[in-house]
Amino acid sequence: MTTAADVAPAIELRGISKAFGAVQANKDISIRVMPGTIHGIIGENGAGKSTLMSILYGFYKADAGEIFISGRKTSIPDSQAAIAAGIGMVFQHFKLVENFTVLENIILGAEDSGLLSPSLRRARRELAALADEYGLQVEPDALIEDIGVGMQQRVEILKALYRKADILILDEPTGVLTPAEADQLFRILERLKAEGKTIILITHKLREIMGATDTVSVMRRGEMTATVKTSNTSPAELAELMVGRKVLLQVEKQPRKPGARILDISNLTVHDEKNVPRLKGINLHVNAGEILGIAGVAGNGQSELLEVLGGYAQASGQITMNGQSLDLTGAKSDGQSRRTRGIAHVPEDRQREGLIMDYQAWENIAFGYHRDHAYRKAGLFMDHGAMRRDTTEKMARFDVRPPDPRLAAKSFSGGNQQKIVLAREIERNPDLLLIGQPTRGVDIGAIEFIHQQIIALRDQGKAILLVSVELEEILALSDRIAVMFDGQIMGERLPENTDEKELGLLMAGITEEAA
Amino acid sequence: MDSAMPKWADVFLIPMISLLLAAVFSAIVIYAIGESPIEALKLMVVGAVGSTYGWGYTLYYATNFMFTGLAVAVAFHARLFNIGGEGQAMLGGLGVALACLYIPWSHWAFALIGSATAGAVFGAAWAAIPAFLQAKRGSHIVITTIMFNFIAAALLNFLLIGALKLKGAMEPATGKFPEPTHLPSFQDMFSYGDTVLFRGAPANISFFVALLACVFVWALIWRTRLGYELRAYGHSPTAAKYAGINPTKIIMVTMLISGALAGMMAVNNVQGEAERLVLNAVEGAGFIGIAVALMGRSHPFGVLLAALLFGFLYQGGAELALWTKIPREMIVVIQALVIQFTGALDDMVRTPVTKIFVALRRPPSGQEG
Amino acid sequence: MSIFLLFQIEVLDSALRLATPLLLACLAGLFSERAGIFDIGLEGKILMSAFVSAAIASVTGDVWLGMLAGICASLVLSLIHGVASITFRGDQLISGVAINFLAAGLSVVIAQSWFREGGRTPQLSGDARFSGIDLPFANTLADTPLIGPVYHGLISGHTILVYVALLTVPLSWWILFRTRFGLRLRAVGENPASVDTAGISVVGLRFAAVMICGILCGLAGAQMATAEPAAGFVKDMTAGRGFIALAALIFAKWRPWHALYACLLFGYLQAIALRPDLIEAALGFSVQTQLLDVLPYILTVVILAGFGGKAIPPRAGGEPYVKER
Repeated sequence: MTTAADVAPAIELRGISKAFGAVQANKDISIRVMPGTIHGIIGENGAGKSTLMSILYGFYKADAGEIFISGRKTSIPDSQAAIAAGIGMVFQHFKLVENFTVLENIILGAEDSGLLSPSLRRARRELAALADEYGLQVEPDALIEDIGVGMQQRVEILKALYRKADILILDEPTGVLTPAEADQLFRILERLKAEGKTIILITHKLREIMGATDTVSVMRRGEMTATVKTSNTSPAELAELMVGRKVLLQVEKQPRKPGARILDISNLTVHDEKNVPRLKGINLHVNAGEILGIAGVAGNGQSELLEVLGGYAQASGQITMNGQSLDLTGAKSDGQSRRTRGIAHVPEDRQREGLIMDYQAWENIAFGYHRDHAYRKAGLFMDHGAMRRDTTEKMARFDVRPPDPRLAAKSFSGGNQQKIVLAREIERNPDLLLIGQPTRGVDIGAIEFIHQQIIALRDQGKAILLVSVELEEILALSDRIAVMFDGQIMGERLPENTDEKELGLLMAGITEEAA
Repeated sequence: MDSAMPKWADVFLIPMISLLLAAVFSAIVIYAIGESPIEALKLMVVGAVGSTYGWGYTLYYATNFMFTGLAVAVAFHARLFNIGGEGQAMLGGLGVALACLYIPWSHWAFALIGSATAGAVFGAAWAAIPAFLQAKRGSHIVITTIMFNFIAAALLNFLLIGALKLKGAMEPATGKFPEPTHLPSFQDMFSYGDTVLFRGAPANISFFVALLACVFVWALIWRTRLGYELRAYGHSPTAAKYAGINPTKIIMVTMLISGALAGMMAVNNVQGEAERLVLNAVEGAGFIGIAVALMGRSHPFGVLLAALLFGFLYQGGAELALWTKIPREMIVVIQALVIQFTGALDDMVRTPVTKIFVALRRPPSGQEG
Repeated sequence: MSIFLLFQIEVLDSALRLATPLLLACLAGLFSERAGIFDIGLEGKILMSAFVSAAIASVTGDVWLGMLAGICASLVLSLIHGVASITFRGDQLISGVAINFLAAGLSVVIAQSWFREGGRTPQLSGDARFSGIDLPFANTLADTPLIGPVYHGLISGHTILVYVALLTVPLSWWILFRTRFGLRLRAVGENPASVDTAGISVVGLRFAAVMICGILCGLAGAQMATAEPAAGFVKDMTAGRGFIALAALIFAKWRPWHALYACLLFGYLQAIALRPDLIEAALGFSVQTQLLDVLPYILTVVILAGFGGKAIPPRAGGEPYVKER
């Protein structure tokens, strides 16, 4: 039997700790990754996976701990040292210069000399070689802003390979990819592994871990809870390790009792600033008392759909709400008008849209409804007393902790921030609730609560349009599921008649006849 | 993290440390040119606040700075940097001059209302174009307002050596405003019996208009719906859009109010003091507004205190120039240091202070995280 | 009455001379802003260098020492700007404003303390100022038709800094677009995280850019105070040149060759503003000099308003770099 003593681990971390202010992102973490393997790191949002890998890449400095590369103790004070140690990293948000060419991005920081042209010539040759070796074809002279996300990711991988990386870290690489693109990525990773590269894959998706990795480490709240061989574990066991207890993926709910048609969307089209079509003739409807789930890979038009319905993007086409049409352009196409028409909106990004992080809770509880008569005093003024009383009540009903109306939004945890937004929107008793990524960055306890609130609202006979990139969430909550791909609706399914596989194909733009 | 430092430290301690740093560097400069900083300070105190005459000048300058400081502060709340207070105040002067020269007022009180309105309208109009370009075309408002300062200076230059110049006079200035537009000075208002206070000093009733403007701005920012929307936009334009707050409206309204405040300054310097419009009447007060707003943390009460401080520096500086070899430009140096320390170098002061508070707090707490 | 009066050699010659400090300052701003550091303190740096170079030239009688001292003074202000906006991640615009005031105040305070002439330096003469250089064959060719007047009257006879400024244009282009340093500098102004993750210091690159800006502003100030016909420093002598340079930078959309064209245009406007007699003779009516003075500002507002192609500054410009969490 070969032991670890025979082959030194490609990477060994011992006792890594890192704090950001009062938040302990990594607590005494140790991990060994063997060469020529794909090692997964799984955990919930905020578990500390990205922080750990950023330390390995020298992007952050650890407060304590040691790093060994191929058995040798290595100090990695900055990314330069990581690159020198043969480590490459593909960040979740790509670090590319948008108006540079692919080639310029590849050589940035790895130039041969003070002059550019010899470096560019060499890079062009090597790129061709790498493309042949790993099947990573790119157009060297294209500008980054002109190529797709999948291609940009390829540039990031090539950047690492060009720097002769033996160890490749990928942080949530499939978040922006279709299932087909993701499959292609995993084939590339297999090929890299076959060439002897070591790969660390950070993800929160169990399926990817099970499909692609040799070993897997689980992180929870900054700690490493386990490292196991992938073949010796199961998704259920990993899920339990991730959250610390058994997870109920099934939400209790009564059969739907759909009522009148509340929202009707026909032929909805949206173009972005560069006049690229983002929505291409969408047709959808939502009835009272049902949840319509929109599934899809991020960036396929879901955000634009919410923005149009929420009143802050211009569109063409037709939307009717309770039988009356909504303005899609002009002065009456804004958040205020939508709210008066009975549309409430829990936006996808609560920190950038749903809340003013520097406003206190009582100011945020009025946000969007601040022109409401209940908050008005002597015409132009706001009734701060009424706002605070209202906040105290809503915080109690939605179990926001700590229940202090004078605390700034940024001082609450992600789950409690989301509860503030939900309390504000649901308590308005809207006819239609738009809700995007309801549980992104929210801890498990709050997820259950939020799901229950959504179901309760539906049981009261309200219409709900749910957008989520988490297929499990879509399957658990929705009464009907529509799948979006490239600004179009690829199809509608009932959750009881479909599964993740079929939805995944639709999300990749593959319809029945092709499949 | 954010609660590590108590509020009083944020609004009081940090500006005070910044001010102290600015004072130390100023003292070094004074020492370096061969004068005594202590003596200089004494002279300034006596000259600026040692007599009602001194106060009369200090408060006169403070009045200017309150208007321009409020102008910058209001814009800051919507995260707009209005560097064009200088030009807006120049145009305000034009408005005030036109109102005083061409409308036959019967009483100073009406003239004050009329000229304040005219100054505000002209100042707002001068801010409107950069605001519109920012809102509709995304043109950087800092650059456009700088450009508009130069254009305003040229425009006033053009008018004062041309159409508005008093016939027969050499000096580029309008004629004297008619008697009924003259505002009561502090001397008129506060002298009693044989006791003459504020003799010959330019402070006038506009000071109280400036105080009213402070109250107005406070209510606007923290008590009205418009203020709520304006601050929301300043904190997060994306969230404001979600809430249905119209960014064009906020940018336009904020800049109009800001320009109007800067323009109203002319009631003090043009109508109250000079009683005619001269070239370069603003004398940099528009730029001092930036220092005042930064120092006052964009809060009207802070602006009031900072304006008084700068009024003191201006009057004290004038006294220094009179009695020592320290030129008036020393105030510009101090102003620069205040802007640099309270504005751009805020983090340099804030980080160590926050660390001290975190260290002091550590024993009792521990529930965070 | 001929429009050609406005384009006679004499006017073009003074346009080139007046464009020189603008061009140096504009290229200074180009380096800084291409690296993501906005600089509205160009004016202050030119002014400070103008004073210090004139003062030192006057005291030592050596214009080269004066120029070096001027560059150092400008570098000190650049360093302050760098510390405030790079090290302490302060507001770049506010720091720029402060630097303008610091220079405006300090130059006069020190000038008064040293020379006691009401905030000015003595007039410079002899070796304490730059004088024109006659290029080879300038006099020989002077009488050749067409080429002669242009070469002798327009191209030859300027001070060294005029030629330095003109050479700085291709040099800047080459540095920015043909060297490793230039690639990195442009990258740090567009997406500093790309540079950081490539293992290069964002802080180091940005400081380098800010220092280059300081050197070029120093040259601009030296040119204004020690090479103009009436050499010497007077209070506020830059009179908004730094802002015109900033305007030219926007006009040029942050490109070196276009910066040259913009500065030549603005220099030309200044040159004809000095000759109202020529304008009247050429056009048959008089034009207000105020209008000519503000034309650069008005043109910049028009460009900023998006007429004639949108002026998009470097994407990370004005934003201090903070590692995302």
